[in-house]
Amino acid sequence: MSILGTRVVRTEDPLFLTRGAVYTDDLTDPRLAGAVHATFVRSTVAHGTVTSVDTSAAAEAPGVVGVYTAAELGDLPPVAPPLPFLDAGFSRPWLVGVGERVHFVGDLVAVVLTEERYQGEDAAEMVVVDIDPLPAVVGTAAAKTDGTILFPAVGTNKVAAFGEPAPEDFFADCEVVVRREIVNQRVAAAPLETRAASAAWGEDGRVTIWCTNQGAQQAKGQIAGWLGLDPALVHLITPDVGGGFGAKIGADQEYAFVAWLAQQSGRPVRWTESRSENMTGMLQGRAQDQVVTIGGSRDGRVQAYSLEVSQDCGAYPRIGTVLPTLTMLMAAAVYDIPKVHAQATCYVTNGTSIGAYRGAGRPEATAAVERAMDLFAAEIGMDPADVRRKNFIPTFTEPTQTSSGATYDSGDYEAALDRVLQAAGYDELRAEQARRRERGDTRQLGIGVSAYVEITGADSGHGTSENAELEVHADGTATVLTGTSPHGQGHATTWAMLASEQLGIPVEKITVLHGDTDRIPDGGGTMGSRSLQQGGAAVHQAAVELVEVARKRAAELLEANPDDLEVDLANAGLSVKGTPGVGVTWAQLAADEQLIVQTTFTANAPTFPFGAHVAVVETDVESGKAVVTRLVTVDDAGTIINPLLAEGQRHGGIAQGVGQALLEEILYDEDGNPQTSTFADYPFVSATELPSFELVEMATPTPMNPLGAKGIGEAGTIGSTPAVQSAVVDSVAHLGVRHVDMPATSMRVWRAIQEAQKGSTN
Amino acid sequence: MIPSQFDYVRVSTVDEAVAALAEHGEDAKILAGGHSLLPIMKLRLAVPTVLIDISGAQELNYVRVDGDQVAIGAGTRHHDLEKSEVAQAEVPLLPHVASRVGDPQVRHRGTLGGTVAHCDPASDLPTALLALGATVVVAGPNGRREIPITAFFLGFFETAMEEGELIVELRVPRTGSAGWGYEKFTRRENDWPIVAAAAVHLPDGSVGVALANMGGVVLRAEAVEAALAEGKSIEEAAALAAEGTSPSSDMHADVEYRSHLARLLTQRALKVAAGETEASTAESTAA
Amino acid sequence: MQVSMTVNGQQRTDEVEPRMLLAHHLRDNLGLTATNIGCDSTSCGACTVIVDGLTVKSCTVLALQAEGSEVTTLEGLSTDGEMHPVQAAFRSEHGLQCGFCTSGMVMASIGVLADNPNPTDREVREGLEGNLCRCTGYHNIVQAVLKAAEAGPAAGQVPSSQQEVSA
Ligand SMILES: Cc1cc2nc3c(=O)[nH]c(=O)nc-3n(C[C@H](O)[C@H](O)[C@H](O)COP(=O)(O)OP(=O)(O)OC[C@H]3O[C@@H](n4cnc5c(N)ncnc54)[C@H](O)[C@@H]3O)c2cc1C
Ligand code: FES
Ligand code: FES
Repeated sequence: MSILGTRVVRTEDPLFLTRGAVYTDDLTDPRLAGAVHATFVRSTVAHGTVTSVDTSAAAEAPGVVGVYTAAELGDLPPVAPPLPFLDAGFSRPWLVGVGERVHFVGDLVAVVLTEERYQGEDAAEMVVVDIDPLPAVVGTAAAKTDGTILFPAVGTNKVAAFGEPAPEDFFADCEVVVRREIVNQRVAAAPLETRAASAAWGEDGRVTIWCTNQGAQQAKGQIAGWLGLDPALVHLITPDVGGGFGAKIGADQEYAFVAWLAQQSGRPVRWTESRSENMTGMLQGRAQDQVVTIGGSRDGRVQAYSLEVSQDCGAYPRIGTVLPTLTMLMAAAVYDIPKVHAQATCYVTNGTSIGAYRGAGRPEATAAVERAMDLFAAEIGMDPADVRRKNFIPTFTEPTQTSSGATYDSGDYEAALDRVLQAAGYDELRAEQARRRERGDTRQLGIGVSAYVEITGADSGHGTSENAELEVHADGTATVLTGTSPHGQGHATTWAMLASEQLGIPVEKITVLHGDTDRIPDGGGTMGSRSLQQGGAAVHQAAVELVEVARKRAAELLEANPDDLEVDLANAGLSVKGTPGVGVTWAQLAADEQLIVQTTFTANAPTFPFGAHVAVVETDVESGKAVVTRLVTVDDAGTIINPLLAEGQRHGGIAQGVGQALLEEILYDEDGNPQTSTFADYPFVSATELPSFELVEMATPTPMNPLGAKGIGEAGTIGSTPAVQSAVVDSVAHLGVRHVDMPATSMRVWRAIQEAQKGSTN
Repeated sequence: MIPSQFDYVRVSTVDEAVAALAEHGEDAKILAGGHSLLPIMKLRLAVPTVLIDISGAQELNYVRVDGDQVAIGAGTRHHDLEKSEVAQAEVPLLPHVASRVGDPQVRHRGTLGGTVAHCDPASDLPTALLALGATVVVAGPNGRREIPITAFFLGFFETAMEEGELIVELRVPRTGSAGWGYEKFTRRENDWPIVAAAAVHLPDGSVGVALANMGGVVLRAEAVEAALAEGKSIEEAAALAAEGTSPSSDMHADVEYRSHLARLLTQRALKVAAGETEASTAESTAA
Repeated sequence: MQVSMTVNGQQRTDEVEPRMLLAHHLRDNLGLTATNIGCDSTSCGACTVIVDGLTVKSCTVLALQAEGSEVTTLEGLSTDGEMHPVQAAFRSEHGLQCGFCTSGMVMASIGVLADNPNPTDREVREGLEGNLCRCTGYHNIVQAVLKAAEAGPAAGQVPSSQQEVSA
């Protein structure tokens, strides 16, 4: 029986559950013996000019080994934006010096090194920074006016623009047109492990850097580049990682700084940020202001759709600046809309920089079009599920091009919707809703439906390729080296399953290694839901190739025809077909000569997982509080290798989507001071705010890789966010409410009801 | 994030605590459960130079009937109050409210004296104690004195305790099977209240009503109480809940919404107390 | 100052600064790094350990406050190489992904089961309200606790050489 498709429990868990994983802050590597601790001094002002930095008291504080300000940086050049087409004027200094501007609360001004962890905070507190405040630019509306310009040398807050305005007559032939401004708010990725890095220089002139990230190779390249180091001198190790969700893609400047500080001080250096530091320092996600316009006929056919995005990039443009291009690419989503327009303009603001967060550009597209579909359905008085059905791209098994320019691999959107509606008992839910409305209950039912398709395994800096090395050892065990970078996804288990499937070696005997640039110099890491379809496919390919190598070697040993040999699962080796037991074991084959394969798998193209979600909420219409009571989802990610782990990915994704829809938002006051910089203030979704989820199976294989697998890491979030938002709106729709922005807090819902009752549809 | 340095003194009796407070003066602070004090010290919003740990003072841990009152030691943890059979039988509002504070780990540490002394306008148990018309017993260099709770919470994080005093006991009337309701409105279930309302039928025949987070301190809803005393309906009385309050505006609620919540939650708490309805939100259940 | 406590059955006496948090004492002084620190506002529960039978957030307890106490961390749960029922259930139900919340979740779950040996889905969620997880959406954590409850009273206890857990 094939191991693929079975619920194999994780091989990584016994250690995680008994001794705990080993995260960067847990390291006891001898190279870090005698390490000093770095503590950063950050700006408490969002926008302003530094007038003085006084480190004299800090320098005298107990345990202080060094204090660094911009004056101590020497010739370290500022870090240019990560994208070549962006103006170098947006570069970020390592430390903001006297006469220079800070651009967000959290900008780095100084750093102290101390013998002990606790001494760092004491000393950092003694660094006195004076800043002459400037007006803060909070949000894209303020940035757009260029009333206050963050980077005078650039001359505008506009960082980039993609796409052209829609022609004036774009909606001319539509009977009904609905237009609405909606917000896809700024949220924190908030992995439970904050950022951390350590570095030690060896006598050989090389530096070893340990840091929490989603791809060692990319992080290494960035750090070497920023510091002007020969990449051969940099050894980057990724220890266990406590979640990433996109915010740990690549390296952060602090990581490189730790390596630089270790060089300057001649001591190994450790750094682990606090949560408050993390909530301003780590890349955040989403932060799009959108305008959707949808037009069509009263019978429910959508003819034209336009999406205009204003992207808040935060203070220094990072990868978030290009994510709107993914939003644009996926604008039309699952719909066969004859005319689709999308454009985006990106601005710097005095907030934390924006990067990738679970879904990264695609949830924003889905949220927009699903909101538009609901608004359109409400306008023409049609059931939202029916409107969707009427406009779906018909089932296809061959790659199909959409009107926003994407080429989808395979999809059956109507089937996904049908399945989820049936599993949810949609008609009964609508009947119950009608009864409650009829009775005028305090607690009203809301039903939200979403359909989505997203792009996974797109080129995120490593093409559509991943490599794998597979070696079978003389003791009958095997080792897989992968360029992916698991941080919860369970690659150690799934990659072992893929190798085991070909070799017959049990998963317990297969070790998977990742995240060490000396052993695995090349790799694309884990992001964009690429790992299984590229990294997993590479492991599969390596295992197939290794069997071929072994077959030739066995044929020689047995003096048999290679074609007559097959993998003998029972005896862990190769046997003559039809005569199990007559053959050689893996151990024998690996005894004399290394049995090893290195391979690279390249996918033809990205894949497009899809699905449909139904969310049910109960809203207390007197207080405005909505509680999610059910979440029923179809998330079709093609062939599933390990359902246990795939479900886990869906669960996590769904929960984060609920978090965005109902609770989470990074807020600033008008001076750019963050209002949500601890977990006491930032309403991270918790167990009590979620129901158990109802997952419905559906698997439409992709032709893009031999596994038939699409990505599953982000899909749950993409589907659940609009479903929950829509359910909240639906729960109070009978009171005249058409829209509530995310997060749909009780105050927002209550106010929407008040306004609707006053007569203005909101 | 870690606190600044301080000296630590462990005491095992109230007398020792009083003596230690006298010795170390105004820079000293009592440490009870530490679940209000340590979080603000970690953020360096408080920097006491001496902590006097009273958690070893066993004499402060009790819940007992004393005449027509229930006496509760200041060191009683929220968890112990929640599980106390005496409290459940004699003043069921309190154990219920205790069960709604924070999360289990917080309830395992936080104390009744600590939450009263801390005087946070959003705190749950002080709201319930206010509705109950509790008495705060403090000990200091001049012995013990009693302060009615209505005179205890003076302002934002400011109480009627004098320097050198600590809370030793809270006394509340035995309400027994009389009706009560507690409506706590939160964003997430374990959060502090955005607004909360407590209502309880008192032995003297009046109804005590108090609100959390409607001003700089927890507040008695006097207009509501007076209206009820005049025989007004619950609806009419609850409509007055925001009178005399000075709610703040923050990311969860502006003044208008907070005032609305005060009226709504007061009405609900009163109805539950009157036995008219079940506790009406998932976050609030009453007996 | 000197502090003595029993940690996972072993008597430990160490010199600590008064401000040393129990979480840092466990991690940095005793090398027990399964206990994690995920926040600075007592919100996330990653640091949850069991002190004298009760779950606490060790980031908000001074090491000195645990003087004379029995402390159990994740490392002290398995006996003779056999996982505690809650650990085993977290594995079988895939109740962990990145693992960062896991130590605190496992300890908090033992507390939940000590308080209520047969909880409902909703009661498990309420019992874990002080613990945040970013990866699992809590679904499989809840399943794991329900599964562990099937093991009976042992699921709500820590190894017997140590302590009774109440909640
Ligand atoms: C995550 C979290 C969530 C919480 N959620 C809630 C909630 O939902 N609702 C709520 O009401 N509370 C909540 N709390 C607060 C909790 O109830 C605290 O435990 C309580 O407010 C303080 O009690 P303590 O014993 O921990 O006091 P400590 O922190 O030890 O002390 C608090 C203050 O009171 C002083 N003090 C303590 N005891 C005495 C005494 N006997 N006499 C004089 N002064 C004294 C101290 O010097 C200090 O100034 C939460 C706390 C946390 C950490
Ligand atoms: S680290 Fe203790 S609660 Fe977050
Ligand atoms: S498993 Fe990652 S935070 Fe819970």
